[in-house]
Amino acid sequence: MLLLVGTNTTEAHPVIGYRMKQAARRGAKLIVVDPRRIELAEEADYWLRIQPGTDIPLLNGLMNIIIKEGLHDEAFIAERTDNFEALKETVEKYPPELVSEMTGVPVDDLYAVARLYATTDKAMTFYTLGITEHICGTSNVMSIANLAMLTGHLGRPHTGVNPIRGQNNVQGACDMGALPNVFSGYQRVTDPAINEKFEKAWGVPLSDQLGLMIPDMFDKANEGKLKSMYILGENPVLTDPNSNHIRSGLANLEFLVVHELFLTETAEYADVILPAASFAETDGTFTNTERRVQRVRKAITPLPELTTWQAIIALSNRMGYAMNYSDPGEIWDEMASYSPSMAGINYDRIDAKGIQWPCPTLEHPGTGYLHSGTFSRGKGLFQAIDHVPPGESPDEEYPFLLSTGRILYHYNVTTPYSPGIQSLWSEERAEVNPDDADRLGVHTGDMVKVASRRGEITTKIQVTDRVPPGLIWMSFHHTASPTNAITSDAVDPITKTGEYKVCGVRVEKL
Amino acid sequence: MGLIKLIIDGKEVEVSSGTTVLNAAEQAGIHIPRFCYDKELSSCGACRICVVEIEGMRNLVASCVTEAAPGMVVNTETTAVVEARKMVLELLIADHPQDCMTCEKMGDCSLATYCHRYGVKKSSFEGVQHSYPLDDNNPFIVRDMNKCILCGLCVRACNELPGKDNLHFANRGFDRKATTCGDVPYVDSDCTFCGTCVTFCPTGALTERSLHGTVRRWELEKVRTTCPFCGTGCNFDLCVHDDKVVGVMATEEAVVNGRSLCIKGKFGVDYVHNEKRLTTPLIKKDGEFVPASWDEALDLIADRFAEIKEKNGPDSFASLSSARCTNEENYLMQKFTRAVMGTNNVDHCART
Ligand code: SF4
Ligand code: SF4
Ligand code: SF4
Ligand code: FES
Repeated sequence: MLLLVGTNTTEAHPVIGYRMKQAARRGAKLIVVDPRRIELAEEADYWLRIQPGTDIPLLNGLMNIIIKEGLHDEAFIAERTDNFEALKETVEKYPPELVSEMTGVPVDDLYAVARLYATTDKAMTFYTLGITEHICGTSNVMSIANLAMLTGHLGRPHTGVNPIRGQNNVQGACDMGALPNVFSGYQRVTDPAINEKFEKAWGVPLSDQLGLMIPDMFDKANEGKLKSMYILGENPVLTDPNSNHIRSGLANLEFLVVHELFLTETAEYADVILPAASFAETDGTFTNTERRVQRVRKAITPLPELTTWQAIIALSNRMGYAMNYSDPGEIWDEMASYSPSMAGINYDRIDAKGIQWPCPTLEHPGTGYLHSGTFSRGKGLFQAIDHVPPGESPDEEYPFLLSTGRILYHYNVTTPYSPGIQSLWSEERAEVNPDDADRLGVHTGDMVKVASRRGEITTKIQVTDRVPPGLIWMSFHHTASPTNAITSDAVDPITKTGEYKVCGVRVEKL
Repeated sequence: MGLIKLIIDGKEVEVSSGTTVLNAAEQAGIHIPRFCYDKELSSCGACRICVVEIEGMRNLVASCVTEAAPGMVVNTETTAVVEARKMVLELLIADHPQDCMTCEKMGDCSLATYCHRYGVKKSSFEGVQHSYPLDDNNPFIVRDMNKCILCGLCVRACNELPGKDNLHFANRGFDRKATTCGDVPYVDSDCTFCGTCVTFCPTGALTERSLHGTVRRWELEKVRTTCPFCGTGCNFDLCVHDDKVVGVMATEEAVVNGRSLCIKGKFGVDYVHNEKRLTTPLIKKDGEFVPASWDEALDLIADRFAEIKEKNGPDSFASLSSARCTNEENYLMQKFTRAVMGTNNVDHCART
């Protein structure tokens, strides 16, 4: 059985979506939780069309039914988890009738799905940005984990909670320590022993203070405290929420370097732009959403002459810190030798099939699924979680709910540069429900103005019942309709993820 | 599942029960021709190029839909088999344009391969030939239905792998056609341009537009790599010619995705050669970007970064690394930030 919460897999991760569809057609049960009638909703046994931002009441409501009916896995809870009582107390406050009112899901469906999920031997849960891009993103994820632990759907093949990672190498960028709190392999910068290990390895003193996360960086830049930045292969002006704040931060820097394939909106603010080499021009590795490290191979001569790794090395050497690597394999080996979870991986071993970390030794085959036997913290901890309303809800002035996401044809920032894909799908087409379209007097192909408290943009629309009344849905791939100029700047307090999914807007015919 | 033994072309072969004769032969190193069969798809036994002779059976049987049985004696290349295959081929080429010399699929076409194998040069059948118009008003796929041999692989591939159900067989007899709902061009159908049908098509009926007019298939250099778009991590081969990426081909050796790809992996990598690519460093002078040498640009960056760090301390610097770059590049970025600039201010858009 597959439970999909806030993941439009067939568009964001198409080949994983194919597999889900194949599984559903072979008879696996499929439950889709999404406000939009996405492709997999058509294949689903149950499609729960929830009000955006009500994931927690829904999950709590399902747990309420499961506990009431005694369908939870008592043995698993006793052996492998802590804090069950607190969870029980909280979910008691979410009886089906109330949850139905909050989420818009019929009571019968709540019962059916709760029973189906709890009584199925193997159930996998998948989520992506639909869950994390909320002010309560972290709590959403914990609620999903609660549900899985409650029913023992963890730590065995074909069970578990599976975040599907967005971009090709989000997993790898995290694994490599491109984060303010950890070195490669999630080793904490604040841990004295770890810090000392890297000081020895790299031969320089290192800071043991947590660094800044992206939103803090731009706050500090706006305050004038952050003076210089080096931005590699990211276009925060287009992809971060509330782009006006990003723009003013960038403009306020004393010195900005942008290392990019194209002259992006962000690169416009640079003092120096370095041309980047594409994936086809370099050797290296990417790590996919199942933690599989796979090879990237150089197919053509780098267009900018220097590959990106060569340019970073050249800069470092100029600044008096010697980096001597003659190929990316040597960089990988250095990383692996200081990162226990990846120590057993090298280019020879991953040549044909890749390896999934953790892989601590050269003999280790890699790890297909996590949490068998024990969780990383020993026992799984239930977290009692209450509903957090969205940071901004529709009101009289801004009556529509704007939600954003990806479409199949584009991937953030690179696909708009594919001439073929661009010719097929070159502009934003915001989705509007037929009822709303009638009231506004607009038709597919018309231009509308979408305004929020932060700004306004214009976009073409598509009238479709994929979206429920009151919701307008847009992607964020197009420079001409920069959706993130109007999205909310509310962030999850823990991960600082922007609340891209929900904000109030006004829609006007042009 | 039990093992059974049978004899194929005089060789004793042991296979698990339930294996088809075609696959049993494959395991013994004998390649039986096939058009409508593919191991990733359901079987239909329609084309009959895979026929073999089995002792004790009156008629030739289609090996792709016949289960191997204990003690079975199979011969895969008897005179009768060869005659039958020639007949299938002659019937097919009777209604097939014989413009192999200019066909894009030349070198990778099963029809040509088997005609060559059985010495079929021309057809003894004569009849009306189809003259379907070319469907090429989309940027990715060229569809020449005159070259279609009605094997149905595209139909089953589209339905069974991406599950898009965009193709089916329409009409009967001479007008039978593997096509979209309503027989409209791909661009007007529900096609998502995942390219799976192209990957499975054994002839020149479905081809990648980007490869047209480049080189012969056997001259393409292929480089196995990982898709740069989403976290699924599909593997595929980049087709390279003249130091340019001209196309992408799926490979069954890919652990994650097999021969499935989506539009981005299959057709989106042409961004690599977009004319807007930056190829030289640029330095902003009086509000204008001016081309510079690497030396000039890197010297300037090194000086400015050092100067600002000197004046305002290490934490006045921050870097953004990239979820699109390789692990090695990300490792170097955080090492540069920490070891050279002396701060932990490094992050990336993990959240987008
Ligand atoms: S490209 Fe994909 S969706 Fe389109 S017809 Fe072929 S297999 Fe089906
Ligand atoms: S288009 Fe290709 S795959 Fe489809 S039926 Fe014709 S020959 Fe077979
Ligand atoms: S081919 Fe499509 S599904 Fe596969 S990794 Fe690339 S973008 Fe993702
Ligand atoms: S391959 Fe066996 S009938 Fe077509």
